[in-house]
Amino acid sequence: MTLTEKIIAEHAGRASVRPGENVWIRVDVLMTHDVCGPGTIGIFKNQFGPDAKVWDPFKVAVIPDHYIFTKDRHAMRNLEILRAFAKEQKLPYLYDANSPWYKGVCHVALAEEGFTIPGQTLFGTDSHTCTAGAFGEFATGIGNTDAAFIMGTGRIWVKVPETLRFILEGALPEFVTAKDVILRIIGDIGADGATYRAMEFEGDGIRAMDMEERMTLCNMAIEAGGKNGIIAADEKTVAFVKARTDKAFTTPASDPDAAFAGTVKYRARDLEPVVAKPFSPANVAPARSLKDVKLDQCYIGSCTGGKLEDLKAAAAVLAGGQVRTRTVVVPATVSVEHALSIEQIRGRTLKRIFEDAGAKIGPPSCAACLGGPPDTFGRLNGSEVCLSTTNRNFPGRMGSPDSQTYLASPLTVAASALKGRITDPRDVL
Amino acid sequence: MSLIRGKAFVLGNDVDTDQIIPAQHLVYNLDDPQERKLYGQFALSGVPIHQSGLPNGNLPFVEPGNDLSCFSIVVGGRNFGCGSSREHAPVALQMAGVQVVIAESYARIFYRNAVDGGYFIPYECRVSLPQEIRTNEDLEIDTGANLLRDLSTKKEYPLSPLGDVSAIVAAGGIFEYAKKHNMLGR
Repeated sequence: MTLTEKIIAEHAGRASVRPGENVWIRVDVLMTHDVCGPGTIGIFKNQFGPDAKVWDPFKVAVIPDHYIFTKDRHAMRNLEILRAFAKEQKLPYLYDANSPWYKGVCHVALAEEGFTIPGQTLFGTDSHTCTAGAFGEFATGIGNTDAAFIMGTGRIWVKVPETLRFILEGALPEFVTAKDVILRIIGDIGADGATYRAMEFEGDGIRAMDMEERMTLCNMAIEAGGKNGIIAADEKTVAFVKARTDKAFTTPASDPDAAFAGTVKYRARDLEPVVAKPFSPANVAPARSLKDVKLDQCYIGSCTGGKLEDLKAAAAVLAGGQVRTRTVVVPATVSVEHALSIEQIRGRTLKRIFEDAGAKIGPPSCAACLGGPPDTFGRLNGSEVCLSTTNRNFPGRMGSPDSQTYLASPLTVAASALKGRITDPRDVL
Repeated sequence: MSLIRGKAFVLGNDVDTDQIIPAQHLVYNLDDPQERKLYGQFALSGVPIHQSGLPNGNLPFVEPGNDLSCFSIVVGGRNFGCGSSREHAPVALQMAGVQVVIAESYARIFYRNAVDGGYFIPYECRVSLPQEIRTNEDLEIDTGANLLRDLSTKKEYPLSPLGDVSAIVAAGGIFEYAKKHNMLGR
């Protein structure tokens, strides 16, 4: 069996499963946030009754992150719904907005708080829940109805996906990152190239990546239609997870004779910085081919590109320079935000480097990655053109329906900020 | 076995969930009947206007100020519903009066949400219908025979059988299905 099949079989109480089978499985963690939590809670109460209890309060993580720093009264009301439900159900893991426990972007917070554990199953009401596959677990996004079903029963049906395997041979060249790898893969297989399938990443190029780079890779599996992205746990995974949880876990891996639906090999030395053009993450071109694209905004943030290593990479490029276009930085979480004042490059904090370069830092949340209410930090107006470290560039994704978003790595976005045009980081440094 | 009739609203490939319901509207409470209606009003409001109502485009799915569309069958191409897991997307289509969506293929989470929430029937058709069907044509779906008839052109198209999910679709959603099969016990 593949890694994904093994985890599903174990959680179905079965010795083995085959792709295409529908099975009912145990859920180890359910995550929800402020956009989909209220609807999930509504369905849970309608279906299980007003006095129903969640199946296990210790397995539910409520992480508001989407619409936090807005005056929108409906958004504020939604945060109140989460608060009341957590109180009523005595949920220990509400990372409430405007509280000392606030975290920020749920997928990064899940990892920081020790909810991402090898061999487990994690379901979340957000399509980028697949990020957690970086820790060698089965993690996927679901809607409110499925989440409500899990809330009441701790179980859900899944169709066992076939697994597509992507092998990265060799370590990545300088200035080429996990974001470039996953954009290249999506460009090659298309926005529906992995629909109903698991995407497993392996090879020495993957093992050379730190956990945050692996998260970036798995985060965008959904952009190829993948059900989940997954990377078998190694010593880096174990060290990361053990530092954040006392829970016991196993580290399954695909069998040597596992049947894959397909295998694609990439030689790391053949890869280069790339950009996804509007309006699809699959619309990929080399960064160097887009030198003529003038930018109104550079955006560095989100679950894909707002982690500490992402911001470090961007700061290293911006250090000593001046941005030539509006540049906004949104740390994914409060921990990342805090680290900006501690981490230094050549004697200056990352915060200082961003500010000296003319970039504006916003509070940790999903912010303008998905547009959001009109007062959202970094939201695009009119026909603005943006280069972003986020994961989607659909029509109107970052705000105005007439805006255009290009996607790239933090290095490419920072290099482009210095020039005001799309720029390959190799041409700046 | 039943017949579903309605007017076609035709879209292209890769209709993502931000097009189906732009994220700024996700603040409305799905459990409040008045707020839920707003999802109908904004359904498909993020589709670039030149691609809205093919082949000619430039046709809003819902007339401004209304919360019901005069089109009850949405026809799409490949990868319909890609992107976010927001269940507000299938709800928006249902609230606008959509009974059936027919696409060449679906993104996984959107398809699952449509089935498990019981919002409408998501059919697949191997024929690329946006090349065949024009917005405003009268369609008829024979759910027993898995057949689509274009009443305007008299052409017929086979629909892929619903397969594994047909029992959930027939029950009206995952909760109704689970109740029928006594699965809600712990």
